[in-house]
Amino acid sequence: MSEQESYCAAQCKKERLLLSGNEAVALAACHAGIALAAAYPGTPSTEIMEEIAVLGGPSQWSPNEKVAYEVALGAAFAGARAMVAMKHVGLNVAADPLFTSTYTGVSGALVVVSADDPGMASSQNEQDNRRYAVAAGIPMLEPSDSQEAYDFTFLAIELSERWRIPVMLRITTRVCHAKASVCPHAKPDTPTAAHFEHDIKGRVMIPGYARPAHKRLRAKLAEILAWNEASGPNREIEGSPSLGIVSAGIAYVHAREAAPDASFLKLGMTYPLPLERIRAFVQTVGRCVVIEENDPYLVDAIRAAGINVEGKADMYRFDELNVGRVRRILDNDLSPEFVAPPGKPPQLCPGCPHRTVLSVLSRLDCIIAGDIGCYTLAVLPPIEAMDTCVCMGASVGLGLGMRHVLPRDEAKRVVSVIGDSTFVHSGITGMVEMIYNPPKTGHVLLILDNGTTAMTGLQEHPGTGRNLKHEPTGRLIVEELARTLGIKRVHVIDPTASVPAFQKLMEETLASEELAVIVTRKPCSLAAKKIEAYEQAARMCNG
Amino acid sequence: MGKGNVTNVVFAGLGGQGVLKASDILSDAAFAAGFDVKKSEIHGMSQRGGSVTSDVRYGPEVFSPMVPIGESDFLVALDSTQITPAQHYLKEGGVLIAPDLLLKEGQDLDDLDQDPTTPITKRGFNVALVGVLSAYLDLPDANWREALHGNLPAKTHALNDEVFAIGRAIGLKRKQS
Repeated sequence: MSEQESYCAAQCKKERLLLSGNEAVALAACHAGIALAAAYPGTPSTEIMEEIAVLGGPSQWSPNEKVAYEVALGAAFAGARAMVAMKHVGLNVAADPLFTSTYTGVSGALVVVSADDPGMASSQNEQDNRRYAVAAGIPMLEPSDSQEAYDFTFLAIELSERWRIPVMLRITTRVCHAKASVCPHAKPDTPTAAHFEHDIKGRVMIPGYARPAHKRLRAKLAEILAWNEASGPNREIEGSPSLGIVSAGIAYVHAREAAPDASFLKLGMTYPLPLERIRAFVQTVGRCVVIEENDPYLVDAIRAAGINVEGKADMYRFDELNVGRVRRILDNDLSPEFVAPPGKPPQLCPGCPHRTVLSVLSRLDCIIAGDIGCYTLAVLPPIEAMDTCVCMGASVGLGLGMRHVLPRDEAKRVVSVIGDSTFVHSGITGMVEMIYNPPKTGHVLLILDNGTTAMTGLQEHPGTGRNLKHEPTGRLIVEELARTLGIKRVHVIDPTASVPAFQKLMEETLASEELAVIVTRKPCSLAAKKIEAYEQAARMCNG
Repeated sequence: MGKGNVTNVVFAGLGGQGVLKASDILSDAAFAAGFDVKKSEIHGMSQRGGSVTSDVRYGPEVFSPMVPIGESDFLVALDSTQITPAQHYLKEGGVLIAPDLLLKEGQDLDDLDQDPTTPITKRGFNVALVGVLSAYLDLPDANWREALHGNLPAKTHALNDEVFAIGRAIGLKRKQS
């Protein structure tokens, strides 16, 4: 037994914790002495930053995932260990720095946590971010449970430092939000202090420097592949030679249960893919099936290498997997699946200010370009007041686009509706578009300011003037931003104080055919008491 | 299932009823008793008054964190409307623990807070149902108490202990009948 292994074994006897995958990632980040962790809240990733803060670590909310990624990358350029976390669609926002950061590499370590949501428990799509690893050339680790979430966070840091490259930790809803046993056995680590070294050709990606940087990336990936083939976090579980299963992530634990007698090749690092290891495994078994959620990422790559494996029928590409569905895949069962009776859909809370706003817009027969947040629930009965919802911030551009092309009587009914946190995330550039390319009928942008990021569980954002730990900091005042941009009609109103007054304001504003921003300001009913307490704590500090 | 027998419990209720708290109490009690435990839940949209379920599985070794359809030993429903949407998890011969076990005839969950004859409140209903469940599970008393206290605020410990005990007594009686 190596020194590290015997240390682990001793630790496991001492301590055993029941942690969610998110808590395990946070614990590992703290044990590894991470210097900076940044994110924008997004289900199922949100608790990682919150837990780091609970553990006394350095986590922060950023305005959006792109900024969070850049801040973390800057820290890693300066030689520190850094982490950025986001939900799967957050990586779309951060894709710009992602794709070039694999060229530049890092001096310290950068762990990119992508929390995917197969089955869309709380998302607008079920994109499979394993595709990003291939597209951007970022090594990818896929934990199957909380223990691996802990272990692979350390491994990601180790690999990132060894090859000076960002490393992706790809987790999914059922890893993030499932609790399982964790032995926090890593030796406490003290990383070297941050220090800047000039590396102009490595960090300034003009074409002349980026061309060799791309070649360096491919050379690094070739080395990492060789390492993954020989000693990556992939293991075989011996079983019956008649059935072999290749799997990774959460799909692996479902498969172990569905086929307890099968032989397994359980992959921990799924990019660069250890195809020779897979080829060798497949040769030892009769039938070999690849079990993976959503896209046929593994099976396509394995088949392209000329290895004979089975995948899953297209019907299993949709939604998350579970033990029953894996059994069906293995049985080639294509019969219709059981459909559970519908539960009760979520709804806006009693007393929620969004109810008032959206009900008035519905009464005025508005065409509502909506956005992402609690207010999206207004699409469901009984309010049913939302016409579009695509991605964070889209309400502004979508509303403007409709205004530009619709006939005047329809165009003047279009409004954009966005929450305060979502506005800071991606609505600001839309507001700039509004003054730069104003529609002939003007436009009405409603910013639903409930003083919190409610949908993901009441997180702070730059508009609240408090940081992740709820301490006072600089505040973005949205109405001042609108005025600064030259919007003449800027109103701030509590829509619940007088519904007729709010409705009258809406009618006047829509009729004016000018550019208008209406900030409906009323704290979220779940957050109001907490906000009061934070404000009081801040006053005590100052006084 | 992993090695040996795994006990499967599905909790079903509505957002705000304490479904996740109930499943945390069971998970912690089973974990403290030395079992391998996995617990699964869905955050996000379900928090807004919609259906919420949480799965707890424990035994010598647990693989999937989700209870397979038709394999749950217990279905603990915190709201009677949530039995139908979750019934398919229960195995044949599995035990349904439903709200009416703790309610008088014609009594509604909302009436509980006005009933002076019971310390069980609407808010403490999840703990009472976990008490009923505890009668069916072979987990040590000390682990239950520790799990209750670890998950609930200190000033409510005495009341919750009482509510849990009432649920447990009802569970023991029902188990024998």
